[in-house]
Amino acid sequence: MELIYEKSRSGRRAVALEPLDVPEAELNSELCRPAAAPLPEVSELDVVRHFTLLSQRNYGVDSQFYPLGSCTMKYNPKVSELVAAHPGFATLHPHLSSAKVYEPVCQGALELVFETERMLAEIGGMQAGCLQPMAGAHGELAGVLLIAAYHRDKGNTHKRTILIPDSAHGTNPASAAMAGFEVREIPSTPAGVMDFDKLVEALDDTVAGVMMTCPNTHGLFEPQVHEVAERAHAVDALLYYDGANLNAIVGKCRPGDLGFDVMHFNLHKTFATPHGMGGPGSGAIAVGERLLPYLPGPRVVKSADGYTLETIPKSMGRMAAFFGNFLIAVRAYAFLRYYGGDGLPSVADNAVLNANYMFARLRGAYQAAFEGTCMHECLLSAVRQADKGIHALDIAKALLDRGFHAPTIYFPLTVKECLMIEPTETESKETMDLFCDAMLEIAQLVDVDPDSLHAAPVTLPVSRLDEVRAAKDLNCACLA
Amino acid sequence: MNPESLRYTMDHEWVGEQNGLCVVGITDYAQEQLGDVTYVELPKVGQRLKRGEEAAVVESVKAASDVYAPLSGEVAEINEQVENETDLVNRDPYGRGWFFKLSNYDSAEYAELMTYTAYRAFCQGR
Amino acid sequence: MTWIPVTDSEREEMLGTIGVNSVEDLFAAVPEALRMRGWDMPPGLSEMALRAHMDALAARNKTDLSCFLGGGYYDHFIPAAVDALSGRSEFFTAYTPYQPECAQGTLQSIYEYQSAVCRLAGMECANASLYDGGTAMFEAATMACRATCRTRVVVDGSVNPVWRRMLLTHCAKLELDIVDGADPEGAACVIVQNPSFLGTVRDFADLGERCRAAGALFVVVFNPVSLGMLKTPGAMGADIAVAEGQSLGLPLGFGGPYLGILAARKKLIRKMPGRIVGETLDAQGRRGFVLTLQAREQHIRREKANSNICSNQALCALRALMYLCLMGPEGLRQTAQACHSKAEYLKSRIAAFAPVLNDGPTFHEFAVRLPRPAETVCAELLGRGFLAGLPLAAVGAGEAGDLLVAVTEKRTRAELDAYADALKEVCCGTDL
Repeated sequence: MELIYEKSRSGRRAVALEPLDVPEAELNSELCRPAAAPLPEVSELDVVRHFTLLSQRNYGVDSQFYPLGSCTMKYNPKVSELVAAHPGFATLHPHLSSAKVYEPVCQGALELVFETERMLAEIGGMQAGCLQPMAGAHGELAGVLLIAAYHRDKGNTHKRTILIPDSAHGTNPASAAMAGFEVREIPSTPAGVMDFDKLVEALDDTVAGVMMTCPNTHGLFEPQVHEVAERAHAVDALLYYDGANLNAIVGKCRPGDLGFDVMHFNLHKTFATPHGMGGPGSGAIAVGERLLPYLPGPRVVKSADGYTLETIPKSMGRMAAFFGNFLIAVRAYAFLRYYGGDGLPSVADNAVLNANYMFARLRGAYQAAFEGTCMHECLLSAVRQADKGIHALDIAKALLDRGFHAPTIYFPLTVKECLMIEPTETESKETMDLFCDAMLEIAQLVDVDPDSLHAAPVTLPVSRLDEVRAAKDLNCACLA
Repeated sequence: MNPESLRYTMDHEWVGEQNGLCVVGITDYAQEQLGDVTYVELPKVGQRLKRGEEAAVVESVKAASDVYAPLSGEVAEINEQVENETDLVNRDPYGRGWFFKLSNYDSAEYAELMTYTAYRAFCQGR
Repeated sequence: MTWIPVTDSEREEMLGTIGVNSVEDLFAAVPEALRMRGWDMPPGLSEMALRAHMDALAARNKTDLSCFLGGGYYDHFIPAAVDALSGRSEFFTAYTPYQPECAQGTLQSIYEYQSAVCRLAGMECANASLYDGGTAMFEAATMACRATCRTRVVVDGSVNPVWRRMLLTHCAKLELDIVDGADPEGAACVIVQNPSFLGTVRDFADLGERCRAAGALFVVVFNPVSLGMLKTPGAMGADIAVAEGQSLGLPLGFGGPYLGILAARKKLIRKMPGRIVGETLDAQGRRGFVLTLQAREQHIRREKANSNICSNQALCALRALMYLCLMGPEGLRQTAQACHSKAEYLKSRIAAFAPVLNDGPTFHEFAVRLPRPAETVCAELLGRGFLAGLPLAAVGAGEAGDLLVAVTEKRTRAELDAYADALKEVCCGTDL
């Protein structure tokens, strides 16, 4: 498809602006660009048609089953979109929260921040929430920096290491390193959980914290999570909960009760805000007692006169200029109020039910990565198919041809030929059945017609793309 | 170079002695694991390296790997050609796909490296 | 629950297929002692009740004020097509394009966004987006440290003080030396902002030269709309250019989601954080787009990655691209020109009774020193329907009387006149 730049015609315009109603002011030409920016010159219809056609070259949750493991691609309710677009939220200037004088004109927004942070803390079994971090990885960074602030305040200068299981998302070690910690990896047992003995061995006096995902990326609840917390706290190491998989346990158990000191929520996963082709999300955090004094500030507090902002003396600082991706929080708030405390546990119940149903249907044709029941996602390994020349990648592409988004493949790195399937609670049995039927059909094709799988996808605007060429003959911008 | 006369590390680097220098590259096994190599970053000539220190980077589309100095020494020469023609790493890992050469290295360290037979056994064990 | 479709009979059937008796059996791995015992959460609401509740909350925010508040975030016009197109669910309900064949819409639009950023800022490459301007500046600083193997980050006084605070927060445990000033000697980078936080416009080309001579990278924070008119970071010799992209078609939204723009010289591309889309061909030789240079990223390089960023602000980048396409070169030039002209008009009216603090020409924002505390003045102007500006003392960037005033193309001459009159009256009494 043509680029918008290739559709440009000199002199064409899309937007007519108001005529200038004040005298035109000039700036010294040395401060100005010599010519206008070389942007496309197109009509409004050109733009509308271009982006409408582009949108049709995408799979999304609204059009396809999207069982992308670890990403919780659940249905994004329309009412959340509607309320986030309300001018009472969408047109509100962020600096209204910078000066006391403006607090009276943004009470609704401050209440929403306060209540969302409070509900998140409650869901996490924590003391307080904070909406500042703008994505899961940013929440991890905030959490690890909070751990650093805690140790700095306590004079624990020898604490320089963070322990992370090998099954963790890549963001965990990246966040710890980005904050300035050394990372030590803890292996998994063959059963797919963190090796507790290896953890205990590694848990020396230099350890500042332990980052865990629970259920972990193998789709398994970490059975010794509480003991890990006790051991960690015994050497004054704090425990970080990666909320990527919270959908499995929301309303069933709470990270704070499991012994965690800090966690992040992916509002775009658990609380159904849209994934937006890769973002924006929100990585709101919550902390327990130990980290409460160091939270990012300023904070919204409730007083007799309404909601007001307060600075925290020992605050770690600012992760965002304001309250993070506020309009994402508005959507999540709407989701939380819709379900309420009575409805939220059914999210986890049905997410886990659906994952186990798909696991049960598929674990014959594909090897189960781990035995037993799973939580909200199931992991299959295409090793048997790979022996016959069909890899997880080929299976993924064949699924695209059948109208499904593919599961996550080749993650976690600990499972060979991994297919990680997360249906979420919002998918119906018939959708999952159609997907499972397709997976079973593909498994049969491995024996009878493997070439068709190598050729997939054939129904999409492009077939497999040459990634080596993209990296070697790098072209990442169409310059003027 | 003939793989059978080279020495090896557990990180899949090979080392060969040639005209008083140590030539370093990555093994056939390593290039196969990586897939099509798209990028190679080499150390600077004159750089002093300690054994085990990160010396170079090699990337494919799906993976990235650090190349560690198999032994201590000074970078005497680098293979600039491989930076531009990264597929040499895949096509000729023991020949034109070499990475860098070390001078002033420690022969004792060289002797500690795995032999061809030991390395083959090591790879089969994985 | 209406968003959960399973029926009771289906649930029974599914449990039978799984081979367990109840959903609770699936949670057997969660130790009994750690189960939840109850919580303080409000009960659920119907959609009708929820909407009424949200309307009531929104009504407690006052949004019918004439806005002169800026400070890095501006009330610009957004063409209707931006909302209509970015609201297509094929865009916003998709995720990161891990399967490129079914995500060409996402990938091509990001490629076009990267191109637009380069064309706008006079740079050679750009990433697919970061969270916001402040985090983009932090990423630029650490990127410069990686590229130069140096640890000193020099931050000029022109930089947004809140972003400076964010930089310190993000770097709290890194062994970096973050200093104020503009001396490139021995530095990884010097960071400047143009227009400055107070709105002053400068040509930093000389500093760019000095950075090059000292082996430091030159990081320029820019305002994207101002580049409809102003000299580009590229033309000033920037090695890295970063911006808050909010003014490109994103609603103010009380702080986000916004858009972190980061562009660079091509030789620095491997040090760049975040996703990058590249053009390539498919098996039939057709043009297509993929995520490329992924070996820099956390999912491959883990603790050695350039950054931890995974989710970014792709949908905001899409909106920015749509905005720039709709505006076109002439529309953006006119918008910048209108902002500047209107701000100049207002500045000259205010200068008649309060001194302007900027030490040079300004773009669309300027600081004035009022004879009364700015917060008091703003409170009184609120009553007259104006968001009068940002009291600079509130962000640690001035004295009690200092006010930062921003003007966009949306303000009419009548609003400017009414604002100037009201401000004068509040500051100098009714004796006009």
